[in-house]
Amino acid sequence: MTTVSFPDQTDPACHRTWRFGDVWSWGVVATALTLALPVLVIAGFVFVPATEVWLHLKETVLKDYIFTSLGLMIGVGVGVLAMGIPAAWMVSLCEFPGRRLFEWALLLPLAIPAYIIAYTYTGMLDFAGPVQTGLRELFDWSYGDYWFPEVRSLGGAVVMLTLVLYPYVYLLARAAFLEQSVCVLEVSRTLGAGPWAGFYRVAIPLARPAIITGLSLALMETLADYGTAQYFGLTTFTTGIFRTWFGLGDPAAAAQLSAILMGFVFLLILLERGSRRRARFHHTSSRYSRLPRYRLSGWRRAGALVACAIPVVFGFLLPALQLGWWAAITLDDWWHTDFLRLVWNSLGLAATAALIAVLLAVFMAYGKRMRSSFMVTAAVRLAGMGYAIPGTVIAVGVMLPFAWIDNGIDGWMREHFGVSTGLILSGTLVALVFSYCVRFLAVSLNTVEAALTKIKPSMDDAARCLGMPPRSVLARVHLPIMRGSVLTAGLLVFVDVLKELPATLILRPFNFNTLAVRAFELAGDERLAQSASAALAIVLAGILPVILLSRTISRSRPGHDTPA
Amino acid sequence: MLRKALFTTALSLSTLLAVSVQAAEVNVYSARQEGLIKPLLDDFTSQTGIKVNLVTGKANALLQRLRSEGRNSPADILITVDAGNLYAAKSAGVLQPITSPALDAAVPAAYRDPDGQWYALSMRARPIMYHKGKVDPSELSTYEALADPKWKGRICIRSSDNVYNQSMVASMIATLGEARTEAWAKGFVANFARPPQGGDRDQIKAAAAGQCDIAIANTYYLGGMLNSQEAKDREAAGEVGVFWPNQADRGVHVNVSGAGVTAASRNKTEAIKLLEFLVGDDAQKWYAEVNQEYPVKSGVAWSETLSAFGPYKADGVNMGQLGVHNAAAVRLMDRVGWK
Repeated sequence: MTTVSFPDQTDPACHRTWRFGDVWSWGVVATALTLALPVLVIAGFVFVPATEVWLHLKETVLKDYIFTSLGLMIGVGVGVLAMGIPAAWMVSLCEFPGRRLFEWALLLPLAIPAYIIAYTYTGMLDFAGPVQTGLRELFDWSYGDYWFPEVRSLGGAVVMLTLVLYPYVYLLARAAFLEQSVCVLEVSRTLGAGPWAGFYRVAIPLARPAIITGLSLALMETLADYGTAQYFGLTTFTTGIFRTWFGLGDPAAAAQLSAILMGFVFLLILLERGSRRRARFHHTSSRYSRLPRYRLSGWRRAGALVACAIPVVFGFLLPALQLGWWAAITLDDWWHTDFLRLVWNSLGLAATAALIAVLLAVFMAYGKRMRSSFMVTAAVRLAGMGYAIPGTVIAVGVMLPFAWIDNGIDGWMREHFGVSTGLILSGTLVALVFSYCVRFLAVSLNTVEAALTKIKPSMDDAARCLGMPPRSVLARVHLPIMRGSVLTAGLLVFVDVLKELPATLILRPFNFNTLAVRAFELAGDERLAQSASAALAIVLAGILPVILLSRTISRSRPGHDTPA
Repeated sequence: MLRKALFTTALSLSTLLAVSVQAAEVNVYSARQEGLIKPLLDDFTSQTGIKVNLVTGKANALLQRLRSEGRNSPADILITVDAGNLYAAKSAGVLQPITSPALDAAVPAAYRDPDGQWYALSMRARPIMYHKGKVDPSELSTYEALADPKWKGRICIRSSDNVYNQSMVASMIATLGEARTEAWAKGFVANFARPPQGGDRDQIKAAAAGQCDIAIANTYYLGGMLNSQEAKDREAAGEVGVFWPNQADRGVHVNVSGAGVTAASRNKTEAIKLLEFLVGDDAQKWYAEVNQEYPVKSGVAWSETLSAFGPYKADGVNMGQLGVHNAAAVRLMDRVGWK
């Protein structure tokens, strides 16, 4: 059964809150603040007095930035929910032909970077592309004779971002549906609720923390998007930040724009917390039996097929085919380049960053669970902010303190020992991996936190009261229960790092390239066809972890083994 | 399991970190993408034995990196596109003046910094491109004339976020003054066929497909399309002609890619050697052949494609001026609603 419990009533004496000198609290706060450093550096610019550039922005373009960014967020928000939840529900609790295939295929768009899908669709659908040209030739139309949706528009950007971001909602909603005890649904059916009511009134409310987590990841990624917005000529906050910083040459005003952006994120978090109020979401039943799937037939079956096929076809199949075609016609261009080296660099970086990000997330989420004081919660929240901030801004936020430390050490060493240590951290892979952790911590942290929330506090209490120290509770109780979510977190970060561009571009060491860098350099120079082979390699490298991800989730259902 | 994972991490990190150290080297930060600079650097290494280490990135980000690294920056040379970026690097104090008779002889005065802090390596022009079937070149004259209402709904150009447009407007501010430029920009923006979107190639394609009659784009994009592996690109590029505007007065707007030696450079001799190599005959010819850019050095042959565009008179304003007026240009475009 499900309870809505209130912490005050369930907090037993075993739970301790803030204690001075407590290693967990201090450890979590210190780690969180280190990771928040780049965000704080940027936020620090806010205290630089507003220049008249700010006035200029306010008079001319600020309103535009706000409305475009809001429009984009609302559109993408509605889009990812509409695509992600039904698909997750159908592959988890219904039976129809192709369900097994869709289980993992629905995750594939995750492997495609947003700016690549934007370039690809524009290549296909814009006025000069093959589709419109074909239509014109077929019907002998010319410009102005017919209506065709404009790809490079706000609506177009909403569609592009929805297609690559819905997997976040799908992924987390599916994991949540699978984790739900079937008794809950059975009870709802004995009480007279049909499949639809079961979906709306039981499954969705129970999966809500997971769905909201997926949604907020998608929205934060939307806010941070630069590539798509810039290519489509949209005036969002992120493009505005770049323009103000580099075009108007005013980092302070740019940071003030970034601060408003962070305000958006805070608002999102507050809204979610507020709507959840004090309800907690966990089952008290631990009886899991095999999921009885609804067997679909007739129009329902067709509907399920279409609802699952649309995201896969448009989010993965079409763009991948187009990339494959481009890669094929430019085959001789890249065959001789050091392709394997690029693949190795990309995979090595992604694996390293994923591992570290997950370790950090488990540590922080667990620390927050045990020592849920204001300090700890606030520090952890702050550390997760990096996800909504464009990669370049994060990179600058990493660069400034690192170079400052390096130059400080160098100056001190020169003064006292007459030796120059040069740059120790800046321009190394350490800086790069750190910036990935700053940027993608939210992904691993949210996933791990969502999993922890679903573990009843009574489990902790029992273990603690039986004399286990917190470390052992984590290692012997929590980690085994949520190992699926931990792996999910790692794979998500892995795929995200694989696609990451701006921070890699600016922080990497000499002679170090990745697939994303190669793809972007060519695409950014408007050589779409030539960039396709690298882009395709990112997609291919991302497919394996994505399939792994799907298997993990299928197996994560406690109580029995789902054949993968 | 955890121990194993940590070990793997350490292993992959150490492999990634392994960087060979050699005696004579020069370190380059380049805003030119790898494919458009690496082959030249490789040639340099095989000719001189000096190893070149390369990081590529966006101009403004590389500049930020140079600034924060300060005197410990490992970079010896900053290579970037667009004069506005070269000017920004100079004003940030990350470059140092150098003297090189070879560079002075190869690069005309308008295309290098008067103090020797940066030198142009290649040139590109931003002319008016027109749909051959719909526009008679005799209708065209200057950039200014494109503000005339007769061009209403017929012009395609990319967003004002792009530095090429910022520099173009900055060059107009430098000669016409801000008030006249703003009046022009108002009329010009009113003539757009669609809200600005896409890159330069997209403007050319839109003109070829009939969405607009005029596109403004850099010459190497058109040159690249004419030499593309895709037949569709070549066809589209064949539909448009190049018109050199303002030939009776200041000349067509041109811009450069360029480079300078960093203030923190520890390999100054090698760095100057590399710059001299980059303005040498072979390197200059390579730009033209591979990326359809104009050589800065006179007497170097143009590619066939560029020769077909015909000769032109270039705006003689010093490239530094484009940087001086960059911020004013961005604001001006904000005010007239050029997205």
